[in-house]
Amino acid sequence: MLIRRPSDLRPSEITSPELFHGRRRFLQGALAAGAAAAFGLPAVASAGEKLPNVVKSPYRVDEPLTPYDAVPEYNNFYELGTGKDDPQRNAARLKPKPWTVEIAGACEQPGRVGFDDLIAGLALEERVYRHRCVEAWSMVVPWVGVPLGQVLAKYKPLSSAKYVAFTTLMDPQQFPGQRLPVLEWPYREGLRMDEALHPLTILAVGVYGEVLPNQNGAPLRLVVPWKYGFKGIKSIVKIEFVEHEPRTSWNLAAPDEYGFYANVNPAVDHPRWSQKRERRIGDWLKRDTLAFNGYGEQVASLYSGMDLRKSF
Amino acid sequence: MSSVRPTNAAPTGLKPLVFLLCLLPLGLLIWRGFEAGLGANPVETLEHATGDWALRLLLLTLCATPLRQLSGWSWPLRLRRMLGLYTFFYASVHMALYFTLDLELDFYMLGNEVLKRPYLSVGFLAWALLIPLALTSTDRMIRRLGRRWKSLHRSVYVIGVLAVLHYLWLVKADVREPLLYGAILIVLLGWRAWRERRDRKGGRRSQAVRTV
Ligand code: HEM
Repeated sequence: MLIRRPSDLRPSEITSPELFHGRRRFLQGALAAGAAAAFGLPAVASAGEKLPNVVKSPYRVDEPLTPYDAVPEYNNFYELGTGKDDPQRNAARLKPKPWTVEIAGACEQPGRVGFDDLIAGLALEERVYRHRCVEAWSMVVPWVGVPLGQVLAKYKPLSSAKYVAFTTLMDPQQFPGQRLPVLEWPYREGLRMDEALHPLTILAVGVYGEVLPNQNGAPLRLVVPWKYGFKGIKSIVKIEFVEHEPRTSWNLAAPDEYGFYANVNPAVDHPRWSQKRERRIGDWLKRDTLAFNGYGEQVASLYSGMDLRKSF
Repeated sequence: MSSVRPTNAAPTGLKPLVFLLCLLPLGLLIWRGFEAGLGANPVETLEHATGDWALRLLLLTLCATPLRQLSGWSWPLRLRRMLGLYTFFYASVHMALYFTLDLELDFYMLGNEVLKRPYLSVGFLAWALLIPLALTSTDRMIRRLGRRWKSLHRSVYVIGVLAVLHYLWLVKADVREPLLYGAILIVLLGWRAWRERRDRKGGRRSQAVRTV
């Protein structure tokens, strides 16, 4: 197993973002970014802005990062189109500023919270995580974010809060993909409380040291590195503490294919394709998929006693 | 078949032109591979592009007969063999990419996957059914098989259905594109069914007239 305890991980094996900056990045420095946007070039949106005071977290995998350009260029965000490059093309439609998140349900301090207040007082951490899509491709991504547990604690969940439910912004103007009934909109996801509070679970606001590109789920998205990528709900507008397991979008769409837990598990195939192996973006051949995406040492105990074939 | 109308002749240069046009998607992929890049996931780009072109060429092949019937031109039929062989070519490249890059030439895995995944079962069957059609596409085989050639090559309708199912069953949620190809296939096959029914009825009627 390739899992390393945080303490085993060298403080920085991360290549500086500059090394990953292609020509496009170069052009987008400072003023050029504005000019490029004005001329309608594919924008990495408000991203590109450096995030200040990012602390490098010991939670980082010792594997080469996915090339900088691939992260905003290749992803699934059906609200911005179902093709892999649609999200980048339609990214400018999303307006991530200003942004408000509704905190609701079983907590002492529900209410509507501005983006800045939501993460106020928390250190931005850089976490280098493996990212495994249910479609059997994967990346290694340097997210910037805050532990979800620390955000949730601010609103003092009640003991009746057993799960956390998340909702994406519903606005077909900004999200043209919501005009098509590909999924039941708005996108919804959920975690069991112990999963939400696990230190590996973060709310990401950036990537590669910079503000999150719109197409990667700006201004804030969930990252749960031991689960398939679709659990990482994007552009979150609502966080609700609930008593029962919430319904989630892909599970509603195809319950036999996408479970609530969606833990990366090479032993449980997607009914239509194998999950044993994955293609790391940038590789020609596939590699073996690791149980819990390689985070078993940290998270397997959350599921002790559960039949992961049934609770897939 | 042997009418001497001028429309019978293929416009000069049409065949070489179509030959080159059919090579264009592959050429473009190779050029992108060396020069412009194949995107973040080159393997997916290659597998999808070759699959897309196999399906498009298959549907184009199936356009030849209706086009001939509607227009009276016979040159569409003269392109049919080339389009069919290109379908087989792109399907084979598609399959070879999957077998080398996804399965690393593991025959056991191939058998396993093809049997286990319905979208691969129908895709593989479609490809396998193309083999006899490609092998019997020479003038000599056409002559040798005679009437049986025609019945054999009717399996292309089944291949069309299998190929669309292959696509439909592999997409995650957005079925618009496979359904579009499916709709085109239904029109192309529906046209044939309608003609056949009409001809059969017409035939019976004219027979009845004759017996009176
Ligand atoms: C007549 C034969 C075939 C046709 C017309 C065909 C067509 C297609 C099409 C249209 C796609 C989707 C491309 C896209 O999403 O843009 C596809 C994907 C694919 N096909 Fe085929 N195919 C054929 C045979 C095969 C065979 C024999 C195999 C392997 C045994 C195969 C394996 C695949 C795979 C692995 C994918 C990609 C699935 C994914 O990315 O999730 N196909 N094919």
